[in-house]
Amino acid sequence: MNFFTHFGRYLLMLKGMIGKPENAKVYWKEFMHQCSDIGIGSLGIVSIISLFMGAVSTVQTAYQLVSPLISKSTIAQIVRDTVILEFAPTLVCIVLAGVVGSKIASELGNMRVSEQIDALEIMGINTKTYLIMPKIAAAMITIPMMVVLAMVLGIYGGRLAGSASNILSNDTFDKGLMENFMPYNVTFSLIKAYTFAFIISSIPAYFGYYVKGGSLEIGRSSTKSVVVSCIMILLADYALAALLL
Amino acid sequence: MIEFKNIRKSFGDKVVLDGVSHVMETGKTNLIIGTSGSGKTVLQKCLVGLFEPDEGEIIYDGVSFTDMTEDDRKILRQQIGMLFQGSALFDSMTVEENVKFPLNMFTSDSHSKKMARVNEVLERVNLVGSNKKFPAEISGGMKKRVGIARAIVLNPKFLFCDEPNSGLDPQTSMVIDKLIKELTVEYNITTVINTHDMNSVMEIGDNILYMVKGKKEWSGNSQEIIFSDNKQLNEFIFASEFLQDAKSMRMMEAKGHESREEILKPQK
Repeated sequence: MNFFTHFGRYLLMLKGMIGKPENAKVYWKEFMHQCSDIGIGSLGIVSIISLFMGAVSTVQTAYQLVSPLISKSTIAQIVRDTVILEFAPTLVCIVLAGVVGSKIASELGNMRVSEQIDALEIMGINTKTYLIMPKIAAAMITIPMMVVLAMVLGIYGGRLAGSASNILSNDTFDKGLMENFMPYNVTFSLIKAYTFAFIISSIPAYFGYYVKGGSLEIGRSSTKSVVVSCIMILLADYALAALLL
Repeated sequence: MIEFKNIRKSFGDKVVLDGVSHVMETGKTNLIIGTSGSGKTVLQKCLVGLFEPDEGEIIYDGVSFTDMTEDDRKILRQQIGMLFQGSALFDSMTVEENVKFPLNMFTSDSHSKKMARVNEVLERVNLVGSNKKFPAEISGGMKKRVGIARAIVLNPKFLFCDEPNSGLDPQTSMVIDKLIKELTVEYNITTVINTHDMNSVMEIGDNILYMVKGKKEWSGNSQEIIFSDNKQLNEFIFASEFLQDAKSMRMMEAKGHESREEILKPQK
């Protein structure tokens, strides 16, 4: 199957998922379940990554800024902007593409292979609406929240590393954080977060929903979905930066 | 009643169904039999709408399924129950939740009313006490019974079973066959069964469609199979010496000779 066939089928899947729920209560329950799975389930890894990426950024920025003419508070500014603009949305979403994406692809793939999707179809349920829409909606709600959390924890991790390594004091770091702050950067980061959230939920859903074969193919489609999601995140990252900055 | 006329279906160059026509009767167990690759599963999937036939017409109780809009099909599908070969139970749900799922989705009944219905069907399939177990914790035969319970919970008019006996021991197979037959008569539903199981063919075959290479080769009931002179059918059904003996016994019985019990009586 070539790229255009995949892309056409992906668009048809997205079109097919927009439909009236058979029972709003059941869909709401499924949506909440997905929010818990995608959001709460990924909270631990996102927190750890965010703290460390902030900490490493502080140490590495300090290592490169050797000129006595540049004030120490600049380190905080650089850490803040890199975390908000790039690390929090892109790095976290790439990690989530692995964590959440593989879970979505393998869950749907297993349902397809074990005929659970066929069983739902025969009951008269729109399987795309029931199985895919809540996952995408949950990702669009929880992933931007996690990106905001990653921004906060990343900057906090940088502040901790700064004082722990005697690079700069907490006061200097806080002073630097408030210098030349551009609120638009947060808006831009959230636009990226929404775009990436859609990518890391819809692409694995496509690969999982249309899987054919057995357990080996579920594994393959799960891996493929993560690879394609990561590439799409990087392409979208560049496109958004070129368009919006 | 389900009637299908001249159903054709191909996958690429491979013709899987080549103009199959037949009538599946209400209140009877209608069996589709044939060797592997004869097109049984594809035919059943066409009947329930999982595959679109390339040609032909499918009629459910006088209404053309082929010409229906997707919304009308959704409504009709609420009257269809299906038991899958691997049971297709939702593994993240308990037995009770699996059976309750169609009720949650399509009815606005109170929780107590739904639970009463769930318990009623679980009791009907002899699964009392397994409500809280997950599919991974129950046997193959129990899974099939949960599948049947889920398929009948909305009181369907049509029941489809894909290889209901696959992977089951002969005794459990007989229990499942008996259950399907009883439910068919009790609820007066049109049951369509895909099977390889010769015991099922002889025990519950009210209306049998025998397929060879995507075509209808023979049709009749289990009694007529015994006297059929169709060579392919005979080779398929009575493949082993044991089954040929069973056939001879049935023929003798049907012709008014000694009954099976008399033949099998220990000699003094």
